[in-house]
Amino acid sequence: MSLQRFVLKRGLLTIPLLLGVTLFTFGMVHAIPGDPIDFITLFAELDAETEAEIRAQYGLDKPVYIQYIDWVLNAAQGDFGKSIVTRRPVATEILNRLPYTLLMGSMAFAIAIITAIPSGIVAAYYRNTTVDQISRVFALIGVALPNFWLGLILILVFASWLNLFPVLPPTDRGLLSQDMIIYTLLPAITIGTGSTALLMRLMRSSMVEELDKDYVRTARAKGLPERTVVQKHVLRNSLISVVTVAAIQIAFIISGSVVVEIVFSYPGIGRLLVDRVGNRDFPVIQALVLIIGVAVILANLLADVLYAYLDPRIRY
Amino acid sequence: MALLEVEDLTVRFYTEDGVVKATNNLSYRIEAGEHFGVVGESGAGKSVSSLAIMRLIEDPGVIESGEIRFKGQNLLELSAEEMRTIRGNEIAMIFQDAETALNPAYTVGEQIAEAVRHHMDLDDAAARDRAIEMLDSVGIPDAAERYSDYPHQFSGGMQQRAVIAMALSCDPDLIIADEPTTALDVTIEAQILELLEEVSETFDTAIQLITHDLGVVAEFCDRVMVMYAGHPVEIAAVDDLYYNPQHPYTVGLMSSIPRIGDTRDRLQTIPGRMPDLIENPPGCNFHPRCPYAEDVCARREPPLVNVETGDPADPINSDSQSAACLEHTGDLLEGLDYQVTVRGTDESTGDAASTDGGVSDE
Amino acid sequence: MAPTTPERTTERGRIRISGFDPDVVASREPLSSWTPELEATEGKGRLEYAWERFKRNRLALFGTGVIVFMVLLAVFARPIELPDSLPVLAGQVIQPFSLAPVSPGTQDLINAHNPPTLENLAAWPPSPLGIFGTDWAGRDLFSRVIYGGRWSLSIGFIAVAVALFIGIPLGSIAGYYGGKIDEAIMRVVDMLYAFPFIVLAIAVIAILGRGYWELVLALVAVGWLPYARIIRGEILSVKENEYVAAAKALGATDRMIIIRHILPNAMAPVIVQATLSVGTIVLAAAALGFIGLGLSPASAEWGVMLNVEQDSIARGRWWAGVFPGLAIFTFVMAINLLGDGVRDAFDPQGDRTGSGGMR
Repeated sequence: MSLQRFVLKRGLLTIPLLLGVTLFTFGMVHAIPGDPIDFITLFAELDAETEAEIRAQYGLDKPVYIQYIDWVLNAAQGDFGKSIVTRRPVATEILNRLPYTLLMGSMAFAIAIITAIPSGIVAAYYRNTTVDQISRVFALIGVALPNFWLGLILILVFASWLNLFPVLPPTDRGLLSQDMIIYTLLPAITIGTGSTALLMRLMRSSMVEELDKDYVRTARAKGLPERTVVQKHVLRNSLISVVTVAAIQIAFIISGSVVVEIVFSYPGIGRLLVDRVGNRDFPVIQALVLIIGVAVILANLLADVLYAYLDPRIRY
Repeated sequence: MALLEVEDLTVRFYTEDGVVKATNNLSYRIEAGEHFGVVGESGAGKSVSSLAIMRLIEDPGVIESGEIRFKGQNLLELSAEEMRTIRGNEIAMIFQDAETALNPAYTVGEQIAEAVRHHMDLDDAAARDRAIEMLDSVGIPDAAERYSDYPHQFSGGMQQRAVIAMALSCDPDLIIADEPTTALDVTIEAQILELLEEVSETFDTAIQLITHDLGVVAEFCDRVMVMYAGHPVEIAAVDDLYYNPQHPYTVGLMSSIPRIGDTRDRLQTIPGRMPDLIENPPGCNFHPRCPYAEDVCARREPPLVNVETGDPADPINSDSQSAACLEHTGDLLEGLDYQVTVRGTDESTGDAASTDGGVSDE
Repeated sequence: MAPTTPERTTERGRIRISGFDPDVVASREPLSSWTPELEATEGKGRLEYAWERFKRNRLALFGTGVIVFMVLLAVFARPIELPDSLPVLAGQVIQPFSLAPVSPGTQDLINAHNPPTLENLAAWPPSPLGIFGTDWAGRDLFSRVIYGGRWSLSIGFIAVAVALFIGIPLGSIAGYYGGKIDEAIMRVVDMLYAFPFIVLAIAVIAILGRGYWELVLALVAVGWLPYARIIRGEILSVKENEYVAAAKALGATDRMIIIRHILPNAMAPVIVQATLSVGTIVLAAAALGFIGLGLSPASAEWGVMLNVEQDSIARGRWWAGVFPGLAIFTFVMAINLLGDGVRDAFDPQGDRTGSGGMR
């Protein structure tokens, strides 16, 4: 099977998934007992005329499946309706916040990859030595640490005690300003720690597994230098599974950001989501849940495609 | 001076469960161009001894003592760098399972060319040509096209051919073939053995063939060493071993081969199984499974001796048949009571020559 | 008896050996006390094997000890009374011990010893009076942390139990019957897997609202997915086995086949996943509590405690943040150690180096 055909086939498989995600997101509002209009009007007493007007404005007068199709079509064009709380377009609200989350997420991802892969390689190559034990302990801690607690501790130490970071984000400085990037370091480390621990152990076990394979012995029996054996033969094969999981870490980082943005009062979509759940601002909640779901599906698609690209056994 | 002389090789594995005595005082030699067989059940230490020659024993394994002299040079004294110039270049290895022995992420051709580039100082194009030539010489059709195929695109027999091509690529003087045909069909097995026979003749390469199959040894080898539980129990020229086995274990192995036209009710297999090499039986390791064992076998460890003279064997300098059984040091009361019957190839006459393989008191 | 040199034959042809009689070995007395080691351990069940290995894993035993300790602390933190609504035994004390010095809501720990002023009303650092200090409202943190285990731990164990109760039947049905049922169930699983754990839980809370059972339900909504997947996968692989076909041929009902033949084989990965899930769930419950979508702000749940102390931590009152977080961390760590131990016990090849190079 050629790579193109694989991608096409895998891509087609995501369509029912995407449909399911839209159905779930749309359906969640309708799963709430009561009339959806009450969440828009916040249970205000209305005369029949205003009520009908509002129903028409939000499309609530149409049959449910029409509402669903309308919602999906609009969402596909980036129109998620208006926020109930602020009365501003949902898309605008999200677009204002999204860049911050993307900045924090990509920094977290970069931190995780840069630290996890080399340390995983070292731990695997020197397996069962002190280095490996240290990495194991670090991984155990990293996985068990609640990220919000780690965030609080980092604030306590670096912002409160050492005064190295501001306690509140310098949002007025602009997204890519130096201040903002420096401030983002703490939340990025907070999110990245879990991913680092996970990827490091995965890199280690994947590499240990490859090191034990027969082809490594073949390569050594050929008289190749140890460096070539590890770099050319072992590393490439062990990275295949790691790259896949790294792509899936996107989901991990999104869920991390939801909580960590609260810790750092960070102006991203995670905090927006939590705030609006409190206010029952369903258009915003729906839009965010949908976007996150779609992002994760695409990340998984990317992971599979990368895997196929790296592993010739799937490509051909 | 022989091509390879292994003297008193002892390898241990320090595992969590205990010390695995993988080989004990193993000595043998291989002459240039010779086919030397190493036979035994799985777990007898066959593979370990071959990995030791390549110095590819991995943690927790340790070569405790002994010498491995290749062209007179003790391989165990070489630096890692010097050893690498020998590996793949002068001594090459063929592994049991070709499918796993090849790296799935690189093309077959590249994996051959890689060794060529490294040892023969050729540029990319020349190494490629050499690799294609090798693929061709092991009978892979359209070698130039198959060069850029990945291992999974080859059939099992083809993969084993590719692995042989890889071993041959730098024109080695010794090839260690570790059960090269075990994973293959019988018909392909015959082809591969034929191929090995052919290349060793063409290039005058010595081959150490590791197998558990006595049939393969009979066809292929000049001399044989039988191993049991990490010990050499019998070393002999192939004809001597077959027509005149001198160790009960060899006898057991041979009598458990099923044959067409066999009139026996059932096979006479060796009862029980091999010890795990961590805690070996006292005395002769084979005594719990040996029908001829006597009390003395559980107490005294039999030395490897020349079966004709009873003197300590010298497998490095002498060709005489030697075995490690107390029978040959005169310690057994009852003797080994078995018969080797040889039927003439002319079956129609039905006459059979019988020889009493063991010693009996009658 | 001196050995005589065996007579060599010069004839060549087909060889046959006779006289090698294996029965001799079986019928004679063993010559030495040596016995093959492997035979001694044969015949033990898989669970027994796993238990043997688990017992030797010190880290896993330590984790188990910590979990038991924390559970005991939570149970014996304060006396337990039966609720008044019960028709009989109403108000009876069934657990009289109280390890926590004061009730988690009491603000009097400090006040009882000092006249209340603005300074000493709230947030005392650790002192002999309260070894963890007090929170912003002057409540004893030590009492709150050990009492809080009741919330966090019970949520963890209950949610996993319910998730197992949903995931195993659904996965069994999907795997055993296949076809459209399988397709439908697994599509739902795939779809729900598209959402990160926390996001899906938040969505469910957005629908249901906040509260203890709502939180449990939100965690179950995400928590049952892995079991359905594992069980289905295991069933698909066991289904083709001959003993299942044999049982079918003998007229066993589908339910019997699933319960008697398939589930026991599929249990090991489920047990491992369930153990590790308790940690994940406790972590998620605390995270939801922390972002204000879990239990009520007055409760002593560990995540909630961190939530209400956010500002004090930023102002340097470290004790308010350190101890509840440490409780979560310790518990999750212990669960992970236990889970890893269980996995290694069932699948010893996992991450260990055996006798490499041996064949």
